[in-house]
Amino acid sequence: MINTLSRMIRTGILTETFPTPCAASPSVEGLQKDLRNILGRALCIRHVDAGSCNGCELEIQALNNPYYNLEGFGIKFVASPRHADLLLVTGPVSVNMEEALKRTLDAVPDPKLVVAVGDCGACGGVFGTSYASRGAVANVIPVHRTVSGCPPSPVAILEAIRSAVLGV
Amino acid sequence: MTHEFESAMKQLPSNLPCNHTRVGAVRWRQSAERFHTDGGRLLTLWGSDDRDRDGLFRIYAAYLLKEGVAVVEHEMEHGTTPAYPSLAETFPCALRMERAIHDLLGITSMEPDHRGWLRHGGWPQTVFPLRRDFDGSQQFSVNSQPYPFVQVEGDGVHEIAVGPVHAGTIEPGHFRFSVVGEKVLRLEERLGYTHKGVSKRFEEMSQKEGRHLAARLSGDSAVAFSWAYAAALEAITQTACPPRAANLRALALEHERLANHLGDLGALGNDAGFAFGLTQFSRMKEDLLRVNLSTFGARYLFDFIQPGGVASDLPPSAPPLLLDHYHVLEENVSSLRVIYDNHAGLQDRFRESGILSQEMAEKLGAIGLAGRASGVPLDLRVDHPCSPYDRLQPKMITQSAGDVAARVQVRFDEIFESLRLCRMLLADFAPGPIQTECSLAEPGRLGLGLIEGWRGPVLIALESGPDGAIRRCHAHDPSWQNWPLLEYAILGNIVPDFPLINKSFNLSYSGHDG
Ligand code: SF4
Repeated sequence: MINTLSRMIRTGILTETFPTPCAASPSVEGLQKDLRNILGRALCIRHVDAGSCNGCELEIQALNNPYYNLEGFGIKFVASPRHADLLLVTGPVSVNMEEALKRTLDAVPDPKLVVAVGDCGACGGVFGTSYASRGAVANVIPVHRTVSGCPPSPVAILEAIRSAVLGV
Repeated sequence: MTHEFESAMKQLPSNLPCNHTRVGAVRWRQSAERFHTDGGRLLTLWGSDDRDRDGLFRIYAAYLLKEGVAVVEHEMEHGTTPAYPSLAETFPCALRMERAIHDLLGITSMEPDHRGWLRHGGWPQTVFPLRRDFDGSQQFSVNSQPYPFVQVEGDGVHEIAVGPVHAGTIEPGHFRFSVVGEKVLRLEERLGYTHKGVSKRFEEMSQKEGRHLAARLSGDSAVAFSWAYAAALEAITQTACPPRAANLRALALEHERLANHLGDLGALGNDAGFAFGLTQFSRMKEDLLRVNLSTFGARYLFDFIQPGGVASDLPPSAPPLLLDHYHVLEENVSSLRVIYDNHAGLQDRFRESGILSQEMAEKLGAIGLAGRASGVPLDLRVDHPCSPYDRLQPKMITQSAGDVAARVQVRFDEIFESLRLCRMLLADFAPGPIQTECSLAEPGRLGLGLIEGWRGPVLIALESGPDGAIRRCHAHDPSWQNWPLLEYAILGNIVPDFPLINKSFNLSYSGHDG
């Protein structure tokens, strides 16, 4: 216990307030503030992997590390689509996931938003469209925002969530 | 058959000692039995449609033996249904591979389980996408059929169906539990949801482009797969990767191992109810990714390794920065290990959960990290080291208990060992080129690339086509061998422990589904 506490104290609070690499884009703190103002600390996200290589998942998981601290700002990843406001979809949509993706979207209550993550989600990426892949998420369900990158950085994903919510 | 069989073996281009032979149906099976008796492992199975060339279908098996890799090839006349003897009796992990080969190529093993494995109704049963006369851009509407899971009957037995979409940021797959109360009597996995047709996609790419797809077979093993791809292409073009580039590749591979182990240790703590572990380890992982960004130029090294070398060199500022980082990381992981080891609640969840005994691991053909945690000492970096691992002499890390705790300990030990290797690599960085020209392979050359990724050995079998094209590229992730282990490890455990046990294996869906 002593070890655990002393490590906590030594680690301190790491959540960042630094600007993103691109000077024109808003800071992590700014993004989080925007989201908090709009949502009153309650955006619920359901992630669906529609056939990704699992690279995008790694960067989405990073959003919950102490540097980005998404949950600390009231954005929660929820276990059921029925509790979600926003679907975060990764991957080109494999034909084997097409039905499951559509059903998940149907289960999300209105109003709902969809953000397609990564080059694959945005345009099919290196997998393209084929007998096994429908390519971009927008080929299967309506999409409000896309984030390119392979995988996109956590900050880029955060920005897309913000712009989807703001509708800008 | 021994002498005759061995003398028929010819060398096959690979980064490991590798031999190849062609056999008839009887020998196909006999050779498997013989390798099995000698303690060999089935690494992978793949098929190829060569009707355009000589009217035949071919099936290949690659075995990992003490002295290296043996590739056995068997040819089939193309009758109405080309068939070959199943290897599943000798190597149980062959079963799913044989089902997948049938879905893609329409060649059948003489094995009674004919349920689709990769085909879930996304293309008609009469269509075989890997056949050469099939146009890969064709699309079909989904016509999904019910999948007959094996039923368990008895008093109070009921089924729990989970997936394909899971709660949490993870990949899709389906798990069917048969339970009494909380206790698991049987688990049956159904995979294939993320099948993206990568084998067909490779055939549309040039040998140069293929590395981008190889890196994206399983994102968490991007370095391992892109290295295996480069190694296969370099082997068939007789290209020697410059020593400095080989060092950089190994450094990238060890960083990939570190990042994944850190992520897993955090997630395992969290799944056992210790969120502090997740916070700490996810912070360390993020620090490492940022160090990657400032030294390798990217958080994840998807496009770093290319045939003939690597894409970029380290900046001059990198070595001291990396050494500092290793120092801090080592200190942090050591103190976290003390906390994990002494935390009664954590140890209570870790110990004796999801046991895979050594006997079972051997029988099922466990490989990689999960195998080593059950006392199966296999690590290509140790057993068949290619440059620069021959100089580094990595230590084999094993545990014997085969439970979640053992898989945790292997990860801790491998982190320290990886850090040792990284330091040795940095101490021994001779200046020199990082890239050499990789020429186009002559058509019809087959080569193998094998690299020990963080999860286990990843394999690329590459056959060249004319004018720098890819004729066939087969990729194999160790998850093929290790997914069936989970079905055993969960038996007798309680359903709420499944996420923890599953995470302790952390297998790839995408790498498996292809
Ligand atoms: S965008 Fe890149 S990282 Fe994301 S799923 Fe596609 S290949 Fe993987």
